[in-house]
Amino acid sequence: MVLECLKKENVTTVFGYPGGQVIPLYDALYNCEGLEHILVRHEQGAAHAADGYARATGKVGVCIATSGPGATNLVTGIANAYMDSVPMVIVTGQVPTSGLGKDSFQEVDITNITFAISKHNYLVKDLKELPRIFKEAFHLAASGRPGPVLIDIPKDVQVAKGEFVYPEEVKIRGYKPTYQGHLAQIRKVAKIINQAKRPVICAGGGVILSGAHEELLKLANTVSIPVTTTLMGLGSFPEEHQLSLGMLGMHGTCSANYAINEADLILALGTRFSDRSTGSVSSFAPKADIVHIDIDPAEIGKNVFSFYPLVGDVKEVLKALLQLVESKENSAWTSQIASWKTHYPLSYDRESAEIKPQYVIEQIHQLTNGEGIIATEVGQHQMWAALHYTHSKPRHFISSGGLGTMGYGLPAAIGAQLGMRDKLVFNIAGDGSIQMNIQELIVAVEHKLPIKIVILNNGHLGMVRQWQELFFNKRYSSTVLSCCPDFVKLAEAYGAAGIRIDKKENVVKALEESIKITDRPTILEFIISPEENVFPMVPPGGCIDQMMTGGTKK
Amino acid sequence: MKHVLTVLVENQPGVLARVAGLFSRRGFNINSLTVGETENSHLSRMTIVVEGDQPVLEQVSKQLHKLINVIKITDITELPSVIRELVLIKVKTSQQSRAEIVEICNIFRAKVVDVGRDALMVEMTGDDDKIDALVELLRPFGLKELVRTGKIAMVRSTKNKSKINEEDELNG
Repeated sequence: MVLECLKKENVTTVFGYPGGQVIPLYDALYNCEGLEHILVRHEQGAAHAADGYARATGKVGVCIATSGPGATNLVTGIANAYMDSVPMVIVTGQVPTSGLGKDSFQEVDITNITFAISKHNYLVKDLKELPRIFKEAFHLAASGRPGPVLIDIPKDVQVAKGEFVYPEEVKIRGYKPTYQGHLAQIRKVAKIINQAKRPVICAGGGVILSGAHEELLKLANTVSIPVTTTLMGLGSFPEEHQLSLGMLGMHGTCSANYAINEADLILALGTRFSDRSTGSVSSFAPKADIVHIDIDPAEIGKNVFSFYPLVGDVKEVLKALLQLVESKENSAWTSQIASWKTHYPLSYDRESAEIKPQYVIEQIHQLTNGEGIIATEVGQHQMWAALHYTHSKPRHFISSGGLGTMGYGLPAAIGAQLGMRDKLVFNIAGDGSIQMNIQELIVAVEHKLPIKIVILNNGHLGMVRQWQELFFNKRYSSTVLSCCPDFVKLAEAYGAAGIRIDKKENVVKALEESIKITDRPTILEFIISPEENVFPMVPPGGCIDQMMTGGTKK
Repeated sequence: MKHVLTVLVENQPGVLARVAGLFSRRGFNINSLTVGETENSHLSRMTIVVEGDQPVLEQVSKQLHKLINVIKITDITELPSVIRELVLIKVKTSQQSRAEIVEICNIFRAKVVDVGRDALMVEMTGDDDKIDALVELLRPFGLKELVRTGKIAMVRSTKNKSKINEEDELNG
């Protein structure tokens, strides 16, 4: 019956791993038509793959695991999806209802464990409730502010037989997300947009989730408002556009952070003002009125006070705003922006004989024309990928923002590739992160997924090393990975292709070569300088206009 | 400042854990929390007394709203309402003190519900001030045990407190 529910929700791909309490479910999956099950090699991989699938396709990602350790292995993946508002339905097996609460073999109270990291969750105690719960779960996961919803199903409920009637509608008394913004408030906001002299749009992940990128582009063009994005918002606004400021925050561009602190109006769209975006909240955008548009009312006023709160779906609100704003040039402000962009471009030592990670990222952008899907792990490589790849399309940058989960990228890339077969998918990784879920490589091999796994190998846990260098007197405690696997041999052992690149002149050639390999994944290991840092950087807790830009200005 | 919230929730297992977990996770301070079934057996009503300034309270209420099982939240602090709490007190007694204790209880309209050789159990309903006052008066005799239910509250039907209600409050 579970599978019938999934089919009713038009699910075609599920990620999972079997175990004792889901044997009945897997028995039904055997020879199940129209539903492809991707066997991962660790449950965390299933959660991240479903997450990557959801981010790339916009559909609800589904994963399955057994009770106990299967369920707890999902926890990081669920938390990751929750922090980044990814629509997911997670199905876990549970010990039979008669064994609940008795510390039965492989029993763990997963609904309780996931209270704090899921949008909602269910323990199904009666088969009759199952269709309604699935209907609700998919509705909750995808609507409003999306998020993961877990359904825990005891084994006896899985095997129970009953009439299957899937409800047409969802009725949840306590859940009615607001999509249309309040009209009077929209008029007020339109008025202050028209009056603003130095407005900046700060676009977050909500713009991508609501599919508002076209409306955003129109608004920016009409009123000449420069746009900065958060990490989650990358791709919501084309970075080659002259009004694009790139990313803001701790590792944001100088122009974005200067613009925020000079602005007289911040138009925050679908962003939660994470500490990584704002730096010190008290000195964030000191001269600006903040208009905060978000579908989740709880985000408004949580981290940053907003004088103009507007609850609603970003797309709907922008559509309404577009009717009311006046077209204008605002050349004084846009030329200031342009001058910042010219004076403070992203820089690194382009002349260096070493392979610079920024260079590798730029070449990937060149070779893919920005059409590739870029997944990342977490660390320095993630920030280089965020900064030095010119993001121009929504749902093409897949990265763990809120939770910062190392080991996310590879399974997420697998999910993304399975959802978008025609796309060229890259996983940008470090030598540390890639080892956290390396076991999933075999899944990519098994399904002939031509994912390019770019390992920027600096022999360190680079981001922590960078902090230790800058703030802890270069005491590199446990961040030196002196013992490293041979990634080329590792690739070959798994049946993937492996290329090691240690000369700058071979970078492009290797990338081109990898793109020609279409029947299996390729690991590209780039040996980069261990000392390369991510700049600009705002020291934690600092004001975002106090940027360290490093010594390699070019 | 203390605020009294009444929260209407679905009467389902786990709802209390969700609400309690939310408060501890987000670092909100609960003074008291009571919960019980309402006139509709599918619904429960919680009365939560929470400490915090306006922004904190706004977050509490918005975060509560995000819980799918939460249907309605009302901050009744400023509304005309009846707020009550039940207290049971076991107080040490001796031949000499018993009469005095009973007299205090009478003044407060507290009931003596159990009498032992060396202790009395007293039951009283009232608001914060009244309960605190009784407790302080009984403390010198020696409090053996004390238990309070936490507040329950209901908004009055009348906009202004009527005389009947005020009397009621005195008697309460």
